Amino acid sequence: MALVLALAGRVAGEVLQEGEAPPGGMLRVAGGEYVPFYPVRGEGNVSVAPFDLDATPVTNAAFLEFARAHPAWRRSRASPLFVDAAYLSHWVGDLDLGDAARGNQPVTFVSYFAAVAYCRSAGKRLPTEAEWEWAALATPEGGESPSEVTQRILAFYARPRGDLAAVGTTPANRWGIHDLHGLIWEWVEDFNASFASADNRQDRDLELGRFCGGASVGAEDVKDYAAFMRFGFRASLEARYALHHLGFRCARSLQ
Amino acid sequence: MPAGSTGWGAVFGAEGVSMSLRIRTHVLTLLAFVWMACPPSAERSAPPAPEPERVPKVDVAALPVIEAQLGVPPYAAPALHRDHPARVVVKIEVRELVKEISDGVQYTFWTFGGTTPGPMIRVRRGDLVELHLMNHPDNAMPHNIDLHAVTGPGGGATSTFTAPGHQSQFTFQAINEGVFIYHCATAPVGMHIANGMYGLIVVEPEAGWRDVDREYYVVQGDFYTRGDFREPGHQPFDMQRAIDENPAYVLFNGREGSLVGDNALKAKVGETVRMFVGNGGPNLVSSFHVIGEIFDALYPEGGSPAHRDVQTTLIPAGGAMMAEFETQVPGTFILVDHSIFRAFNKGALGMLAVEGPDNRVIYSGKEVDEVYLAERSQRALEAMKGVAPEAKTLEARIARGKAVYQGTCSTCHQPDGRGLPNVFPPLAESDYLLANKERAIRIVISGLTGPVEVNGKAFNSAMPPLGNFTDHEIADVLTYVLNSFGNDGGSVGSDEVAAVRERLRKPDAVGHP
Repeated sequence: MALVLALAGRVAGEVLQEGEAPPGGMLRVAGGEYVPFYPVRGEGNVSVAPFDLDATPVTNAAFLEFARAHPAWRRSRASPLFVDAAYLSHWVGDLDLGDAARGNQPVTFVSYFAAVAYCRSAGKRLPTEAEWEWAALATPEGGESPSEVTQRILAFYARPRGDLAAVGTTPANRWGIHDLHGLIWEWVEDFNASFASADNRQDRDLELGRFCGGASVGAEDVKDYAAFMRFGFRASLEARYALHHLGFRCARSLQ
Repeated sequence: MPAGSTGWGAVFGAEGVSMSLRIRTHVLTLLAFVWMACPPSAERSAPPAPEPERVPKVDVAALPVIEAQLGVPPYAAPALHRDHPARVVVKIEVRELVKEISDGVQYTFWTFGGTTPGPMIRVRRGDLVELHLMNHPDNAMPHNIDLHAVTGPGGGATSTFTAPGHQSQFTFQAINEGVFIYHCATAPVGMHIANGMYGLIVVEPEAGWRDVDREYYVVQGDFYTRGDFREPGHQPFDMQRAIDENPAYVLFNGREGSLVGDNALKAKVGETVRMFVGNGGPNLVSSFHVIGEIFDALYPEGGSPAHRDVQTTLIPAGGAMMAEFETQVPGTFILVDHSIFRAFNKGALGMLAVEGPDNRVIYSGKEVDEVYLAERSQRALEAMKGVAPEAKTLEARIARGKAVYQGTCSTCHQPDGRGLPNVFPPLAESDYLLANKERAIRIVISGLTGPVEVNGKAFNSAMPPLGNFTDHEIADVLTYVLNSFGNDGGSVGSDEVAAVRERLRKPDAVGHP
C-alpha cells in the first residue's frame, strides 16, 4: 500500500454548475439521495454529495501513458501483491498494445490497486459504490423508462462479452455519462463493502446475502436482477484480480 | 420385474438413516414394547441388517487419489465397482456459451462443463470429493457450485465463489447416498439456474448397485426467453417471465429435441434400463412419466427405499430420482413431463427407442388398430347426417377450418403448422401433404401410423383417425391448412371428402396410404 499512497496528490475540484464540464473529460453529477439496494437497519437512504465523474471509462491508450510514466505499474514490474498473473495480459508487451487491444477500448485486466494508482496519478480517485450506483441510476433524458433500462442492462449482462467496443459508444445518461451499463464491469473504491465480512472466503458466517441474492431478504427491490448481478460480481473480487471485462473510471470530490 | 436386491431399501431397512440418535432410541423403545406385547413369528426374528455408520470413517491420509470419470448427458457416469473409499478429484469448468435452445433459436447458456445439464458426477459413500471449479476467463459472471450431496454451509457455494479467470477448490465427504442435484448459487440464483447451471451428483452405496444394461442421465429445466416458444433468433432471459413462473420452454437436457429422433435414448428388448433423472427448475415441479413403461423400481427424490410399480413420479425443482425398468416390447417410449402441455407446447418430450422382437401377449400392436379404424369410419358416416350447412365463401370456410385446427390438430402439428422436429410432421410447406389431396383426406379420416418422409425428414408416429368430424369440417380444416403456414392455397370440397369416405367403406380400400 505504501506504493499506492506515495502516488497521492489530489487536485482541488473547480466550482461548476450542474451539467457544466470540468476539465479532464469529467462531468458534474449533482448530489442526491436514493434507496439503497441493500438497506442497513437503522440507516436511511444513501446520500451522495455532488462529485465529478469521468464521462467514459479509462482507455488502453490512457493507461499506456500511465504505464510509460510509472514504470512500477508496467506488466513486468508490478508487484504480485498488487496484481495477479492476468494483469494487462491482453497487451503484447509492457508498453505495446499489439493488435488485440485498441487504444480507444476501455482498459481491462487491471487490478483494484492499479486502478487506484492511476486515478491518484491524475489527481482523482475511484468513485465510491454509492456514487457509481447513483450515477448509474440516471436514465437517458427523455429516453427509456427505468424498467426498460433494467431489462436492457439485464439483456447485456446475459450475453457473453465479445470484442469490447470503443468507449463512449453506449447512450449517455442524463448527466452526459457513457458506458455505465453495456460495456464493462467497473471497479469502485469500496467494492467489498456491501457485505459485512472483510474476508469473503469465510465459510461459516451466515451472511447469505453475500452470495445468495435470490434468497436474500435484504434487497430493497427483489426484482432488480441487474443490481443483484453487479453486487454479486463485486463480491467475487479480490483487489489483486485482473479480469477480462473489468475496468474502471475515476471520480473527484468537489472542494 | 423385481428390482435389484442390493438397492438402498435392502441395505438400510425401513427405519431410514436420517434419524438422530435420540429419536432412534425412542423408536427402539417403542419397538421393544410392541415386541413384548406381540411376540414376533419365527420368520420375523431374523436379526435386522446392521445399520451403517452415520458418517463413514476413512483414513484420510491413506486414501488413493482418483480422477473422476464424469458422465456426459444423456449418458450416466460409469458404475464404480470399487470396494474402498477414495479421494475423488472432480474438475468442472464453467463456460458461458450461446447455443441453440430450439431449431433457429439461440440462448446464452451458463454451463458447468459446456453442457446443460453439466457432467454427471458419481462417487461412493464415504469418498472425499475434491472439487475444482474453474471460471473461464472469457466469462462475464462470477459463479459457484452448491451440491446437494454436501453436508456443510451453502453446499460448497461459499467455498467455490469464483470470479472469471479464477479457480477454487474445496473438499467434502459424501456421507449420504442417493441422487443429488448440484447448481450454481451465485446472485441472482434464479437466473444462474434458469440459464442452465445444474447437474447431478450420484453417491453409490458402499456395496454399489446391481449392474444394468443401460444407464441414462436426464435433467429437466424450465427456460424463460423473451420471445415465445420457437420464436427465432437470439432470445435474452426474461426476468418477468421467470418471476411469473411462465416458461417459454420446459426441456430435457437443455434443448428441444435433445432426446428425440437420432438423439433418442436406445435399448433392446429384455434389457434393464436405469435412469438418473433430475429437475434443475428453477421453478417448475416435474410430473415425470415414460409413456408405455412402468418403473419397476423407483427411488423417489433420489432417496431410499425403492417404490415399486410406479407410473408417474414427482421430481421437485432441485431434486432427482433414480428409476429402473426392464423393457419387454419394442417401440418408441416417450419421456414427458405429464403436466402435459409442457410436453407438446413447451418441449418437455424425449424418446426411448427400444428394438427387438414383438411380444404379442404383452402388447398386441397394430392388429387392434385396424379393426378400430373400420368402426370409426362407420360411425362417422352416420354422424354426417343433419350437420350444419356448408359455409359459402372461401374466407368463411377457412375461418371454420381454423377453429377445427386450433381445437384438435394444433396439439400435435402446432399452432404454426411446423409440427415437432422428429416427432410430428409439419403441415407448413409439406411436400407430403401437398402432393396428394386424396391421400390428405384419407389420413384425416383414417389416421396414419408408421414411417413417412416429409420434406426429407423421416417421421414414425401415430395420428389417430378423425373420421368423427363431418365432411364439411374435414373439408374446411384441409382448406384452412392449404391456405395457411405459407402453403400455396387451394380448397377441398365436402363432396370430395364424402367420395373418399365412400371408397374407404369398401373393405379392400381400407389401409394406409
